[in-house]
Amino acid sequence: MLLEIKDLRVKAEDKQILKGLNLSVNPGEVHAIMGPNGSGKSTLARILSGHPGYEANGGTVTYDGHDLLALSPEERACEGIFMAFQYPVEIPGVNNAYFLKAALNAVRKHKGLQELDAVEFMQLIKEKIKLLEMDQTMLNRAVNEGFSGGEKKRNEIFHMAVLEPRLAILDETDSGLDIDALKIVANGVNALRSKDRAIIVVTHYQRLLEYIVPDFVHVLSGGLIVRSGGKELALELEEKGYGWLEGGR
Amino acid sequence: MSTSAMTPAAEQIAAYVERFTAFHADPAFGSARVRALRELAFAAFAAKGFPTSRDEEYKFTNVSPIAEAPFELQGAAEPSRKALEPFLFDGAIRTQIVIVNGRLSQTLSTMEALPRGVTVEQVADAVIAAPSASVASLAAAPFVALNTAFFSQPVVLMVPPKAIVDEPIQVLFVNTPGEHRMMAATRLLVVAGEQSQLTLVETYAGLAGTGQGFTNAVTDVLLSEGAVVDHYKLQRETASAYHVAAMFVHCGRNANFSSHAFSTGGKLVRNDVFATLDGEGAECTLNGLYLAGGDTLVDNHTSIDHAKAHCPSHEVYKGILSGNAKAVFNGKITVRQDAQKTDAKQTNKALLLSDTASINTKPQLEIFADDVKCTHGAAIGQLDDDAMFYLRARGIAEQDARNILIHAFAGDILNRIKIDAVKARVEAVVYTALEAL
Repeated sequence: MLLEIKDLRVKAEDKQILKGLNLSVNPGEVHAIMGPNGSGKSTLARILSGHPGYEANGGTVTYDGHDLLALSPEERACEGIFMAFQYPVEIPGVNNAYFLKAALNAVRKHKGLQELDAVEFMQLIKEKIKLLEMDQTMLNRAVNEGFSGGEKKRNEIFHMAVLEPRLAILDETDSGLDIDALKIVANGVNALRSKDRAIIVVTHYQRLLEYIVPDFVHVLSGGLIVRSGGKELALELEEKGYGWLEGGR
Repeated sequence: MSTSAMTPAAEQIAAYVERFTAFHADPAFGSARVRALRELAFAAFAAKGFPTSRDEEYKFTNVSPIAEAPFELQGAAEPSRKALEPFLFDGAIRTQIVIVNGRLSQTLSTMEALPRGVTVEQVADAVIAAPSASVASLAAAPFVALNTAFFSQPVVLMVPPKAIVDEPIQVLFVNTPGEHRMMAATRLLVVAGEQSQLTLVETYAGLAGTGQGFTNAVTDVLLSEGAVVDHYKLQRETASAYHVAAMFVHCGRNANFSSHAFSTGGKLVRNDVFATLDGEGAECTLNGLYLAGGDTLVDNHTSIDHAKAHCPSHEVYKGILSGNAKAVFNGKITVRQDAQKTDAKQTNKALLLSDTASINTKPQLEIFADDVKCTHGAAIGQLDDDAMFYLRARGIAEQDARNILIHAFAGDILNRIKIDAVKARVEAVVYTALEAL
């Protein structure tokens, strides 16, 4: 098992958000986490990536046999965890390619691999950038600065393509995307599906799951997973809305 | 009157009266006209003494560490070239004018590559007509008055009309350490003739040693019609040094002056820039990057006077502060009644790396014309937590993430340096200073 979450309880700003969440993820699987606003979806994504604003006050998260919660955000990234941000951060003055090279080399160094020089790195990313149908000029712009919503999300998946994580968490990657951008992002993600890589797709809408078809769908409500099922569960939710789940809890 | 009965301020002035009287016997005291200027300047200084916090222009900058005990005047000295090498841009700049303790050193300077017609001379009389020596300047700026009373040998760089000086020129001011509190009053006058072009790198270096050094620097840059001057200032003194500098810039019609000022060291650093756009179409860019840590203070006061119509000015100052460092930024823009179509932009940003660092920032716009564009903005903050997390979540270690963000903040100014060779050297200086911050 790649990721095992047991009875996870998480607080943010003194509010108990996750209240005993259980989830198991194997390599190669795609899990969708769905749920209404405020159900704790993004909290789950953030606690897994090590966001400093979130604190676990119960339960365990085991990643590849290690206590994930004991690791710093950078250690998690180096161990193969990737988060595609719901709101990718604009970093003025930091060139996108330079940033990604620093990130990739940090990960490579951690793995005991040789760091890539500028030429090797450029060769690598030229391949990857095609996957997301991104313009080369986006490499030389400051990270996310002045990017449209769609460009930001594509840039996130581009980072994922370069960093080749073992566990990718996509936090509402579909929010704010038009259908064309959504397809490009989904195609990028699908190209990165592999038997060694697990993906957790956090989303409010079923629409994304038409393009990134999950193996499992979990419904998060009130800080707990209230239902789990196959991809058909997403359709059921689309039809009935989230209300019936909350009422029947 | 016995000394004990004097107020501290009067005592301070009395000490300089003594030095000024003694200076009369020095050949550097100058011609009759220069003597008259010195007397005028000293009288202006003595009338008010050192500024205090009651003085609006020094409200947040306490200069009492400079005022509290008198400085001796630095004499001539000849440091080894090796000692200067860290400050000279060897390999990037061929023409190097080295001023030691306010005096031009012929042996340490290299001027063979100066284009024909460009001259470097020491003529005290030349400064008499400079903006820095006006009655108004001497009355308004006590340190300029003090400098004028005591400067030894002004260095005058003349660029004849239409001369294009395509290689940058470095002027290095170096103060040798002394056993006492030593003051070097440096004076540089740059005259750029009509349609001429010049890149100037003005560097202030402090050599390590005992005693506290005080650099009191005054620079005038005069741009005739259509002249283009690209100016860089690097203030790189020791952590115990005092540096008070004033630069007066006068732009004629269609002249273009740009300045990039980098300040990386000093116990107390005060930079004043007074720029006057005195001809239609003149343009002025003032950019600055200052670093301060520990218990140091750095103060930048800029004043851009739009005296004529159709003049743009651009200003971006950024500071990086750590420890208990204090910074002051005061950006004054005056738009006179006739200066229609003025386009003035001012930005001031500071990055505070500790909870105890602080900055007082004040834009000051005085607009007397009605058809103008003037904008100003200030932003002060700490490293962005979201950006830090974003970098770390991609695998970049915390310290590296901090450095990336700090370098990016500084890079905004460094990237404005127009000459690559100069940029590479300044970047190295700034990055090294950042490590020590």
